Amino acid sequence: MCSALMAACCARQTDMGVTDMARIDLDLAHSYKPDPQADADYALLPLKMTFADGGAYALLGPSGCGKTTMLNIISGLVAPSHGSVSFDGVVVNQKTPQQRNIAQVFQFPVIYDTMTVAQNLAFPLRNRGVPAAKIAQRVGQIAEMLELSGQLGVRAAGLAADAKQKISLGRGLVREDVSAVLFDEPLTVIDPHLKWQLRRKLKQIHRELKLTLVYVTHDQVEALTFADQVVVMTRGRAVQVGSASDLFERPQHTFVGHFIGSPGMNFLPASLLPGAPAGAKLLGVRPEYVALAAPQAAGALPASVKQVQDIGTYWLLTATLADGSLVRARLSPEQAIPQPGASVWLALFGAHTCFYNDREELVA
Amino acid sequence: MKPINQKAWFLILPVVLCVAFSAILPLMTVVNYSVQDIISPDRRVFVGTEWFKAVMRDEDLHGALLRQITFSLAVLAVQIPLGIALALSMPAKGWQSSAVLVAVAISLLIPWNVVGTIWQIYGRADIGLMGYTLAALGIEYSYTGNATHAWLTVLLMDVWHWTPLVALLCFAGLRAIPDAYYQAASIDGASKFAVFRYIQLPKLRGVLVIAVLLRFMDSFMIYTEPFVLTGGGPGNATTFLSQYLTQKAVGQFDLGPAAAFSLIYFLIILVLSFILYNWMQRVGTADKSNAEGRHG
Repeated sequence: MCSALMAACCARQTDMGVTDMARIDLDLAHSYKPDPQADADYALLPLKMTFADGGAYALLGPSGCGKTTMLNIISGLVAPSHGSVSFDGVVVNQKTPQQRNIAQVFQFPVIYDTMTVAQNLAFPLRNRGVPAAKIAQRVGQIAEMLELSGQLGVRAAGLAADAKQKISLGRGLVREDVSAVLFDEPLTVIDPHLKWQLRRKLKQIHRELKLTLVYVTHDQVEALTFADQVVVMTRGRAVQVGSASDLFERPQHTFVGHFIGSPGMNFLPASLLPGAPAGAKLLGVRPEYVALAAPQAAGALPASVKQVQDIGTYWLLTATLADGSLVRARLSPEQAIPQPGASVWLALFGAHTCFYNDREELVA
Repeated sequence: MKPINQKAWFLILPVVLCVAFSAILPLMTVVNYSVQDIISPDRRVFVGTEWFKAVMRDEDLHGALLRQITFSLAVLAVQIPLGIALALSMPAKGWQSSAVLVAVAISLLIPWNVVGTIWQIYGRADIGLMGYTLAALGIEYSYTGNATHAWLTVLLMDVWHWTPLVALLCFAGLRAIPDAYYQAASIDGASKFAVFRYIQLPKLRGVLVIAVLLRFMDSFMIYTEPFVLTGGGPGNATTFLSQYLTQKAVGQFDLGPAAAFSLIYFLIILVLSFILYNWMQRVGTADKSNAEGRHG
């Protein structure tokens, strides 16, 4: 298995001499309407972003946040209405996906029904006039890598969804000169237990082939486990780009605090904390960093327990503060769990507390 | 063992009754005629398979059958590719799409005998546009005098009348293909022909099975249009099976042979449709050795 990956990887470098991957720069806005006026008319608000060569990125956000639009602009299926997309500094706005050398995997597996697995994998190479011997070699390598070797002669139409999705992926990987591989929620139709395997496979491919991967999803677990850098998007805006720990520890926007984490960040009026920085309107604290405290302890506030739920590995406690705000806390099952109605003190403020201004942006 | 619930029979009873009255009982009447010689309403003689044997030996019938099969195959050979081509060139959205859909569907709304009349006039050298134009070009065209011309005119008429049905079915089939397929094909660098060959055509298989069966069965039973246009002539150049059957049953009042032939006719359609259906299903889901042989 590993040797096959190494072989594919080496083949890439020896055959091409230099890799054709590209740094991708976005400096654009996009509207599907001809004459956009308000912010709401834009599918993507003005943004500047760089996808480094060989990086693994995830575009994360709820449905309709603009992540698929951004992906299609990168691939060339959609031309941006304003601004530019550049590959290695060259503007490629009007270039087709084929000219940009992009590979894309869609939400639903796209396979050519009448072809076998091998023919499916060979298709992009045959269209580009690659010699037959070379095609056979590449198809063999990619099939080995995706664990499809045993099914090469089988008609693709009869396979299960995960195998079909692997074929879709394989058609992208079989070309050794791809600039980037883009994924549009590729695991939507895959059974949960296979999702883990496929995600691990993607990670492995990224490590071995050093390809630029951009992965669109609304599932934070998928995004955080897959990507080195996660772009969190909401309503056409990229609100934060960062690693999993950045997003968890220092959400740049209340949306990130709310969207990442299970449950999301607690947001409370900044006035609850006497020493809050100037301009702070809200303060945010993760349920993971809320703990039971001794009465009158520093950074603690009195609260009344509203509900406790056993989530399996932890207890989720919901409590009401004196001003009526709700606070949720993750408590470890080893400690004594207070009952609903009990009065407790919760340690809320500390090094992990974040402060937000009236535009919901992080100030400290 | 599970107890069998016999009450379910009551649920299918309405269907059984409907089918019995609409299909099985009329068919039994035909079976009844096919094995008797009816000399007068109260004198009938059981003749066994005599009529079947007579019909099988009938030279005129062989001619009509051959003509019919040739005609139906020609109909399929022209209408299916033409219908697909038409569907591919129709605009996919906007008012143009609606306008083209209506224009294409018009011929389907015209009654059979009117279609015959339209073409009868259309082909006349004195007042018909086609006949007049051909005459002006120096082509001696006559669907009443020349057997080949008559046969081609009936074929052309059927193509005009029914190709839109194939086109509409294919248009619906094409619209049902998700955009991701076209996007993936563009990313894979597929040519227009490859998109047609590997995406559109395979995805159209379902509607094409329906189109082929409908057009085969309908053309195999064609009656009204050639009856109005040529009356089966000149000679018997356009006498297809239905016309031959009507001549026997209504013209000569040979109910026995006509009934025997009806049953054979029914069986021919059934068997040919069955063969066509299975063949088309097989083409779509051919086993791996076949698939490799075709584009390996």
